[in-house]
Amino acid sequence: MNNEFFVNLVYIVSSILFASGLKFLGSPLTARKGNFLSALGMLLAIVATLFSGHLISFQWIILGIVIGTALGAFVAVRAAMTQMPEMIALLHGCGALASVFVDWTAYHVHGAHDLTGAITLYLSIVIGGLTFTGSVIAWGKLSERIPGKPLLFAGQRIVNLGLIISIVVLGIMFLMNPARYDLFLIILGLSLLFGIFLVIPIGGADMPVVISVLNSYSGVVACTTGFVIHNTLLIVVGALVGANGIILSIIMCKAMNRSITNVLFGAFGAVVKKKADGEKKDAKAVSLEDAFLILENAKSAVIVPGYGLAVAQAQHAVRELGELLEKNGCDVKYAIHPVAGRMPGHMNVLLAEANIPYEQLYEMDSINPLMETVDVCMIIGANDVVNPASRHDQSSPIYGMPIINADKAKTVFVLKRSMNTGFAGIENELFYYDNTRMIFGDAKQTVQGLVAEFKNAAK
Amino acid sequence: MELIYLLFILVLSIFLGFALISRVPPLLHTPLMSEANAICGIIIIGALIAAGAEATSTLTIILGTSAVALATFNVVGGYLVTERMLKMFKKKESA
Repeated sequence: MNNEFFVNLVYIVSSILFASGLKFLGSPLTARKGNFLSALGMLLAIVATLFSGHLISFQWIILGIVIGTALGAFVAVRAAMTQMPEMIALLHGCGALASVFVDWTAYHVHGAHDLTGAITLYLSIVIGGLTFTGSVIAWGKLSERIPGKPLLFAGQRIVNLGLIISIVVLGIMFLMNPARYDLFLIILGLSLLFGIFLVIPIGGADMPVVISVLNSYSGVVACTTGFVIHNTLLIVVGALVGANGIILSIIMCKAMNRSITNVLFGAFGAVVKKKADGEKKDAKAVSLEDAFLILENAKSAVIVPGYGLAVAQAQHAVRELGELLEKNGCDVKYAIHPVAGRMPGHMNVLLAEANIPYEQLYEMDSINPLMETVDVCMIIGANDVVNPASRHDQSSPIYGMPIINADKAKTVFVLKRSMNTGFAGIENELFYYDNTRMIFGDAKQTVQGLVAEFKNAAK
Repeated sequence: MELIYLLFILVLSIFLGFALISRVPPLLHTPLMSEANAICGIIIIGALIAAGAEATSTLTIILGTSAVALATFNVVGGYLVTERMLKMFKKKESA
């Protein structure tokens, strides 16, 4: 029984706790327990490492932990729920950069002894580097420090191709002579640059996929770093996180009916600019008073939230309206499209924040069969995910994308600022349907207006 | 042999990951992601070794300390933010 053995035993316990944590996330009833178990596993792993006997000095560790804890706690407590996507992107970036630094230290101190060591080190700094800068760009776009629109420049593909080729060629040179510190640094630099070019052309509505892919990469980096420093726990955890990112990416891509390569390299919003042709119909607007009268008589209502709801911060107003509708004898459900918002599950978190019980949140597949029986479907800040063109118009860029069948409801309200097109740059024919009524204006003000109407009527 | 043994662990862990995560409902996908961020902070055990045993030059001190700080940021930020989100998911009150 030596120290090494004991530390590895604790790592096994930690792995079990991490896996159980994820298992308990399978239901909202047990999820908090899962989070606690996972945190406990992390604490055990840290304590075991601290007392493993490998460590000589502690002053830098203490400094690092103090800084990290202070910043982490500050950011986590301050972040608003609408800021979750950027928070997650920031965390991806930090994890990846930490991995790169660990790799770098290992290389600086020990070098790379054999070919497998050099290969894992190479993979680790390439993926770690591009994940770090890619996440920083994603964070910038999500927090609107960088324009969310796809940024394209002439020769972008050529630059990207050049970067890939350089990284591969330099990589081969590095593998043949792993002692070349200069090559190590150049590869790292190019990978950082590549991460920027990879994410900058991707538009805001494709962010759910980008975040999922970066999440997967951050797991892969932890994994490769595990190979670099021969640590089994890093490999286990990296594999779990990598699998998580892959699953979420697949779900997001399916929900947009697009392939991963198309999302990552297609720059959807910029390339596809299709003008709606055919006769110009008129969308019918409706006043708040009339909308209220229809809602007052509704027996069932479905609310479809989109990114616009997050932008307008309308979630609390929506909850109030939902409660008033229920008090009025109306059955209220919320229909959530998988890619609504800027990351997987974004809308669920916002509505949960507004105290809407999760039983009222319905997934696309479970709400669609019910849509024909619904009196009023209210679309708040969503556009492409309710465009019926995806079902029948083969020329539409979103043809084949699964949507929430809002148009099947008896009356459809669309809360929107103007008649502008959605992210895909296409007209939404739903707006011109006979059963559709537009309510123009800021989503929050509109919903608050409806709430006021209900309150006045109750007096 | 060491490499084969590590690959063995990797492959089984990937299967475990797929099995566990495909059971998480879309409702909890955002907390799932922040949870993944938090456990990704496990890189901290590598960072501890870097900062505690290999910080012998200015460069390694900077790298090691930054790695510990960044990984701690992930762990603390990830778990706290997950907890904050999960706390909000409520069942309907039986009023």
